[in-house]
Amino acid sequence: MKDFARLSTPGSADDDMTELLQGPGGADRGLEMPDEDVLLSVRDLRVVFGARGRKPVTAVDEVSFDVRRGEHVGLVGESGSGKSVTSLAVMGLLPKRGVRVDGRVLFAGDDLLQASDNRLRDVRGKDIAMVFQDPMTSLNPVVPVGRQITEVIHRHHDVSRSEAVDRAVQLLRRVSIPDAPRRIKEYPHQLSGGMRQRVLIAMALANEPRLLIADEPTTALDVTIQAQILEILKEVVAESGTALIMITHDLGVVAGLCDSVHVMYSGRIVESARRRDLFGRPRHPYTGGLLNSIPRMDTPRGQALEPIPGSPTDLLPWDEGCAFAPRCTNRVDECTESPPALVVNGSRELRCYNPLDASDREAVAR
Amino acid sequence: MTIPVDTGPGIAAFAGTADTEQGDSLWRGAFRRLRRNPAAIIGAVIVLAFVTVALLAPLLAPYRAASTQWADQVTPTTVPGPSPGHLLGLDRYGSDLYTQLLYGARQSLIVGVVATLIGLVAGLALGILAGGLGRAADTVVMRFVDIMLSIPGLLLAVSVVAILGQNQVSVMIAIGTAQVPIFARLLRGSMLSQSKSDYVLAATSLGLRRRTIVLGHVLPNSLGPTIVQATLNLATAIIEVAALSFLGLGDPDPAVAEWGRMLVAAQDRFSQSPQLAFYPGFAIALSALGFTLLGEGLREALDPRQRR
Repeated sequence: MKDFARLSTPGSADDDMTELLQGPGGADRGLEMPDEDVLLSVRDLRVVFGARGRKPVTAVDEVSFDVRRGEHVGLVGESGSGKSVTSLAVMGLLPKRGVRVDGRVLFAGDDLLQASDNRLRDVRGKDIAMVFQDPMTSLNPVVPVGRQITEVIHRHHDVSRSEAVDRAVQLLRRVSIPDAPRRIKEYPHQLSGGMRQRVLIAMALANEPRLLIADEPTTALDVTIQAQILEILKEVVAESGTALIMITHDLGVVAGLCDSVHVMYSGRIVESARRRDLFGRPRHPYTGGLLNSIPRMDTPRGQALEPIPGSPTDLLPWDEGCAFAPRCTNRVDECTESPPALVVNGSRELRCYNPLDASDREAVAR
Repeated sequence: MTIPVDTGPGIAAFAGTADTEQGDSLWRGAFRRLRRNPAAIIGAVIVLAFVTVALLAPLLAPYRAASTQWADQVTPTTVPGPSPGHLLGLDRYGSDLYTQLLYGARQSLIVGVVATLIGLVAGLALGILAGGLGRAADTVVMRFVDIMLSIPGLLLAVSVVAILGQNQVSVMIAIGTAQVPIFARLLRGSMLSQSKSDYVLAATSLGLRRRTIVLGHVLPNSLGPTIVQATLNLATAIIEVAALSFLGLGDPDPAVAEWGRMLVAAQDRFSQSPQLAFYPGFAIALSALGFTLLGEGLREALDPRQRR
């Protein structure tokens, strides 16, 4: 809490904290959300894209997960698995035309899917903020970065110009941009990719959001810069107590960062677990395959990595069975007969008829 | 108010390895590319010469404008050609042709620039309404613009002069009106494509209001092509000023030298004194060419797809 308030102006920090601790009408909230600790609760999210005259495509289906206060959640999957669409749906950023979003997105008790545009605009940036994949295009090229940050501060806080500038400088320092007072006057093209992503992180954190969604924040960066950005992200969210949803295709990113992980395939969550359980004992063959396809320190030299055969298909993925079945090494007859349901077992959730056995881990690893 | 910020050792370690890669400013880069384009340089030189002549006409011209003191030298069969006192000879009313040409540049520039400004401002206003206010406004404004576009520019200008009466201001408004749909469409188009860009999504994700996003982010990024178009439109405007005068709808004041009217005057003497038509015609073509070359050069320099 102390860290959380550190960068805010005194008044607003107090407001934020009171609201955070009690919430507006705390009693009512309890009814809708049994677990007071849950900040974001996504229930049965379903996103269907349907252009007129074409067959609708279900991008996300049956997606449910919770994010607790300060928790770091990983959403993992390959391209087209629906992880980015999920995050855009949570933010209400999907276009209204041609997209149907069902289910519930409860943020601090409020269903964001039912919220008005004005309410959503108030939530965005202040309660939930987002960092996007490509820092080269996510900043306005003709506006100095400082102004892009102060604009966001002014939007949610009634502060003077100079206060906002001070705060922008502090934010840039916090994401370790050297020479911040000079940098705020510069234009995005004067900054490198890594710097720009730091600026975007600073913008997202400008109003001390309670939840930060990072959508592949390192994918567009050089490998050496990726580590820096992850480190910075890790530090700032830890410092401010912000909950984090990390969207990535890279289990390596999740390994060092997330408390719990949801693995998505073709729009559905196929396995959810605490990080330790997931990495130690992957149950879904897809998770196992993902783990096998990343190089590890203990992999013998010269041994080839094991890719998952095939590539994801969007032809009726879940209608007639498991979408992963065509690529699965553990396939049984049931897999192609009916889609498996998500089975909850303690902190684990699994959508598989023939999961990898715990004792199979070694076999899979090889 | 200073609040100590502890960046922690982990982050501080990275501060030393700060990325130093620096880009070039958008406009500075464009200027550099412009300088490498010979056509654009030629255009710029012509435009510069044209503007200089227009501004300094009273200093450069050997005589006063519209002075017809040599009218007695013009006979029904001959218009005197170049002579020591008259670099390009006389025109058919007995004025110095060279002086008239210089003052004509002044007139073309004033009318052309003001008309284009009128078109630009009105076009930008319509474009912002269409591109920034949402679908309903877009549909209404763009259908209106389509109607305007369906009328040929010169015809539209002629109608406007006919409605407003024949004077310099209405000529400016007329030519400006004919340009409105071009600017409106262009701005709306680039605003719509900018609205789909990542930085707009990022700004939306941070809760910025639509007004802020449209005016503060989308508009500044969409202005480039419109500004370039304004340069190109200056060329059209200069031709249209001449065309309106040629049709007898220009500034009626005979004391104002005007290239289009000089062409009209040259018409019935064309067989004996073709230079009367050649010089103003050449001046119109050259100035229009200058603005076109410069405008095209600017467009290429600013268009990221054509960067080399």
